[in-house]
Amino acid sequence: MSELGVTPGQTIGPFFHYAMPMPDDRVLVPLDSPGSVRLHGHVYDGGGNVVPDAMLEIRQCDASGVVPRVEGSLRRDGSSFTGWGRSGTDSEGHYWFSTVEPGPTHPGAAPFFAVTVFARGLLDRLFTRIYLPADPEVLAADPLLATLDAELRRRMIAVRDDDGSLRFDLHLQGDQESVFLAYPRHVG
Amino acid sequence: MTSLRTPVPADLESQADLTAEIKQLQAETRPGDAQPRLDWPPYRSSLLRHPTKTLRYADPEGAELVAPVFGQTDIGELESDLTVQPGGEPIGERIKVTGRVLDGDGRPVRGQLVEIWQANASGRYIHQRDQHPAPIDPNFTGVGRCLTDDDGWYSFTSIKPGPYPWRNHRNAWRPAHIHFSLFGTEFTQRLITQMYFPGDQLFALDPILQSITDQRARDRLVATCEHELSEHEWLLGYRWDIVLTGTHATYLEPGDE
Repeated sequence: MSELGVTPGQTIGPFFHYAMPMPDDRVLVPLDSPGSVRLHGHVYDGGGNVVPDAMLEIRQCDASGVVPRVEGSLRRDGSSFTGWGRSGTDSEGHYWFSTVEPGPTHPGAAPFFAVTVFARGLLDRLFTRIYLPADPEVLAADPLLATLDAELRRRMIAVRDDDGSLRFDLHLQGDQESVFLAYPRHVG
Repeated sequence: MTSLRTPVPADLESQADLTAEIKQLQAETRPGDAQPRLDWPPYRSSLLRHPTKTLRYADPEGAELVAPVFGQTDIGELESDLTVQPGGEPIGERIKVTGRVLDGDGRPVRGQLVEIWQANASGRYIHQRDQHPAPIDPNFTGVGRCLTDDDGWYSFTSIKPGPYPWRNHRNAWRPAHIHFSLFGTEFTQRLITQMYFPGDQLFALDPILQSITDQRARDRLVATCEHELSEHEWLLGYRWDIVLTGTHATYLEPGDE
């Protein structure tokens, strides 16, 4: 199969804040609505500093494991679940989403949020997954997690806060560097 | 007006030294890499912000195989024309930027969201962090959105952005560019990049563009000025096509056929 010349990526730069964020772009379901969960965390650089100019986007299934193909993520109507959201980090490097926990796409599948990461200083987007903290056997059987050692696997799984929130810190570099992904068609 | 000028910090590297560093790193990089190097010291902000481990291959599944869906409800009618502002016309060269969004197999990406943002004609963004002492244009915000049509075409009317200084090294200037944000039909095709204007003498000096070490790949970020797209006594037309990575839905591993 011949590939066309793929357009290279470039950094999102420092000035996206007035362009990319939209009201409620991170609110996939209304805050504190039944079944809602807060997914949040900090973004860190290799020196352990917070990254105040990063942006995360998530794509996910609904609670029954279906990926919505519904418009309205930029101008939300307050009721449709679109399965996509965008959150910049604040001055503390913190991001958050109000969403639902994705269901398994098939029996036994380990549910996850698909994530894209952008930042000033990051020359191209990064992909990762945030897995739900689930049954260890389910997680161990996941095709991707099964290829990772226990430490790397741990880094891909969100932590349940006492208040029920899902916490996932992202490390662009360093001892705790997150696991970032490539997909087969990313190679030209 | 000298009060607007900041003193030159003595410890910043010169452009000549930075350019030499870029050339040396490019000579050490294997040719043909289509993507920017993430580990790219000439872009100082990248030092602590790039992963050091090899990316892990994942077979996309579930939500990764479906891009977010956007529609007419997501964008305003006038958002593809950045020159339409309540207060009047912005200052600068009026331009049209248009092209097609294709996937890695040449198929048009239909009905998908394209977002852009850019500096004004004098090289200033409407952003708190932009301290460049060039005038803000009250009639230009520099943000646009549109959906591609059934053949993958997008089109924006805007003002040609100016180059602007930044603090990567001494006397550092970014070539004029427009930031583009693109989606395909799969989540795995997500792309944010920058479009440049042809013939800019700043290309060779820019560590961000030069992080793409292959000349042919860099050229894919440069629009062409096309006379057929220009409009009589109105604007200059630029063409820029975007090719996303391939989709996985119908992908066969090499050797499967």
